[in-house]
Amino acid sequence: MDTDTTALERLADDVVTLVAERGAAAAPHAEVEANVGVVRNRHGLTRFANSFVHQHVGEDTVTVSITLAVDGRTTTTSTTSTDRPSLSEAIDAAIASAGQQPVDPHWPGATPPTDVPASAHFDPDTAAGEPTGRAERVRAFVDAGPELDAAGYVDTEATWAAFASTAEHRAADASTRATLDGIHQTARSAGSAHQTSIRSSDLDGATAGALAAELARDSAEFEDVEPGAFDVVLGPEAVAAMLTFLGVYGFNAKTHLEGGSFAELGEAQFDPSVTILDDPEDPRAVGLGFDAEGSPRRRVALVEGGVTRAVVHDRRTAKRADTVSTGGAIPGGETFGAVPLNVRMLGGQASPQDLVASVERGLLITSFHYVRVLEPKTQLATGLTRNGTFRIEDGKVAGAVGNLRFTESFLDALGSGRVLGVGNDDRLADGGLVTGMVTCPSLRLRSFTFTGGAGG
Amino acid sequence: MFDPATRAVEAALAAGATYADARVVIRRHERLSAQNGELQSVRNSLDAGLGVRALVGSSWGFAASSDLGDEAAAGRTGAEATATAKASALVPGRGIQLADVTVAEDSYETPHLEDPFSVPLDEKVGVIVGATQTMAGVEGIRVASAQLMFWDTDKWFVSSQGHRIHQHLVESGCGMDATALGEHETQRRSYPQSFGHVETGGYEMVRRFDLPGNAQHVAEEAVQLLSAEPCPSGELDLILESSQLALQIHESVGHAIELDRILGWEAAFAGTSFLELDQLGSLRYGSELMNITADATIPRGLSTFGYDDEGTPAQAVDIVRGGTWVGVLSGRDSAHLAGLPPGGMVRGDGFNRMPMVRMTNVGLEPGDSSLEEIVSETKHGVVMATNRSWSIDDRRLNFQFGCEIGWEVRDGKRVRMVRNPTYTGITPRFWASLDMLAGEGEWHPWGVPNCGKGQPTQVGHTGHPASPGRFRNVRIGVTT
Repeated sequence: MDTDTTALERLADDVVTLVAERGAAAAPHAEVEANVGVVRNRHGLTRFANSFVHQHVGEDTVTVSITLAVDGRTTTTSTTSTDRPSLSEAIDAAIASAGQQPVDPHWPGATPPTDVPASAHFDPDTAAGEPTGRAERVRAFVDAGPELDAAGYVDTEATWAAFASTAEHRAADASTRATLDGIHQTARSAGSAHQTSIRSSDLDGATAGALAAELARDSAEFEDVEPGAFDVVLGPEAVAAMLTFLGVYGFNAKTHLEGGSFAELGEAQFDPSVTILDDPEDPRAVGLGFDAEGSPRRRVALVEGGVTRAVVHDRRTAKRADTVSTGGAIPGGETFGAVPLNVRMLGGQASPQDLVASVERGLLITSFHYVRVLEPKTQLATGLTRNGTFRIEDGKVAGAVGNLRFTESFLDALGSGRVLGVGNDDRLADGGLVTGMVTCPSLRLRSFTFTGGAGG
Repeated sequence: MFDPATRAVEAALAAGATYADARVVIRRHERLSAQNGELQSVRNSLDAGLGVRALVGSSWGFAASSDLGDEAAAGRTGAEATATAKASALVPGRGIQLADVTVAEDSYETPHLEDPFSVPLDEKVGVIVGATQTMAGVEGIRVASAQLMFWDTDKWFVSSQGHRIHQHLVESGCGMDATALGEHETQRRSYPQSFGHVETGGYEMVRRFDLPGNAQHVAEEAVQLLSAEPCPSGELDLILESSQLALQIHESVGHAIELDRILGWEAAFAGTSFLELDQLGSLRYGSELMNITADATIPRGLSTFGYDDEGTPAQAVDIVRGGTWVGVLSGRDSAHLAGLPPGGMVRGDGFNRMPMVRMTNVGLEPGDSSLEEIVSETKHGVVMATNRSWSIDDRRLNFQFGCEIGWEVRDGKRVRMVRNPTYTGITPRFWASLDMLAGEGEWHPWGVPNCGKGQPTQVGHTGHPASPGRFRNVRIGVTT
């Protein structure tokens, strides 16, 4: 198993040289610029259902991405065919394509030299992850609920990347991620557990399985409750779902520049207890140290003490806003904008048990399911509860309830006076979009609105 | 490209697999986007590689590599697939067997008139730049976007049972949207449906939908929505135009009838289904008007092909007949387990994704009415069009949809435009309330190009033919 990026760096350099050669031949009087990214992704996945492994996957793919500008006319191409003839063909096609286009007014130029510190998000043992190691964790998860029906996955992913530009910027980095995500089910209920780390050795199938099994057993007998507004204690997965949508649509500089984001910089839009960062420097954070444009990922305070402070930029939006990139570029970002990929809500002092104990009447929610935003500017969203929903009475869990549908503005839900407690259990949680994107704690929120139940 | 696939299958068998198949896939994708009269991006991608499935005992092993140039790589990938499957013996289940299918040596090509990749780029750019210029020129429009998207896929499939199938699939799509910005909210109108419409076929579909010719009214409706009255709340008759009804079918029928979900194989992420196999043939899914077919052979359907990714021929399968649930979406392994014939509904998202049960063209057969007749026979209801949001629970029962636009109907006439229309329901109760359906002339094979399934998620292309329909006494106007 390769544990460095040397071959990818060489390939990135070769592609830059090839761009210069092909550009000189096809457009001798034009300025030809390029950003070149080379990524090798090695992914191993072990899926289980009905308490046995039913799918087992290994993948090893190298992709070369080239953003090319000919006198400011841009095009992007990517290919998994990395031999010289294929790359030459892709570059020639890109040069020809650019020639038929108008000038791109937002092209910021090829990325200039910039320091990119290594991310320290790489674990060689995880990169070498073998199917047997994943299956052993699955077995531990399954064994924790022998009378239950288990399903989920364990996967390990290693990414090696190199970046080179015609403006002589160079960067290289590697990262790993390991995830265990599973449920245990009775005939009528389910409980879940999620673990993500840069190290597969942090995954503990027995602990995760025990937690999921306990939630499933505790919710096997449930009552439906009438929809309405309830105080809630949300587990990290439910909070992560909210932060994912706020991050993707709201803290996105392109959306903000176009007026579609809720973000009003300098305004107290959240409860004072809320602080949200895009924090690639968190030792738990997953991902490379640079973005799709080769810019270093920077720590950005998005919300401080409830006050919205910033959005994340790529080089295109930074040019429009006369600022610098925060390292938020994603592939395809010229249409979508920049995204914070290491969203982190700071934890508080209360244990999850303290949060429950502080509720007179409310609901304890493990995770949300199928969340969609109805209106991006207000972040009005709908979705359902899943994998353990419980009634809280007089500070104690008083029994399970059937799954409920919510219709609530995430912006309002985290607004001033609505956040009544912040947990001390912050961890990488699954927000349902990009695994490893959000680190957050449990929260106690006031008056969260439920508009229906799965029973009708 | 049959050779690397053959080498991979042979290596998988030599390593101990009882069955193996391999796909070499070369997929080219082009996506152009424009915004506010400017070209925003031109992106091309080429994904090429080999994916191998190997069956050992109760588990599939799958391995993929983008290395098609090295002859030895195919053999290594095949052997890795078997080794991966063997590792599953640590957590074994019941053995998997495959339902019988006819072993084919064949080729298939999507019917199309005009290769989208051969159309001059400046012509394609002109379409989307022109459409966004028109939309952005309407006072009140803040963001006007348009996209074209094309896929050209070659697949070579080989199995240890003797399949050798080549397919050339062509898919084309287009879409545009205009967003008007109000003080506290945004309003958006899309055409021909939200996120763009995609179908199998060539560039002729872009010409047929005529984005520039529809840009003005799309933008004007977005602006009008800002000052429209809110959607009324209550239990009223709901009339869905066909693209929203297509998504209703996708979420509350298409996913629910996936046999792998019914068997629990997707339980952790995508969820299961309220359907149980012993109800097949007797469960009341909806009203007598509800006739659903999964048909991988219909012209222009986004899930139209010659063979699925297991080499099973494309076919039409009855799913709901006269309101009774009669069929499922299946693959060879799930069909054998359930004692059903295999439906040819297994596909993977590219060479490096393990194929799974995927919707073919799951569509609602047309009725004998028309949208205007339905409106004229409605005392009090709301017509809703173009999806804006979608959400359904993990058993596919409780759903809530938002649409971009609505029109309140009173005494057989559309009396006003309404904004932020939403509706909610429970799947079989909702379908039981279907009482009018428009006919073949308003039946359209809508495509959904962004269907997520699997964990981690794969993106699938699915088709959903539908015509407008009416549902009685539905809860609409869900408010916080």
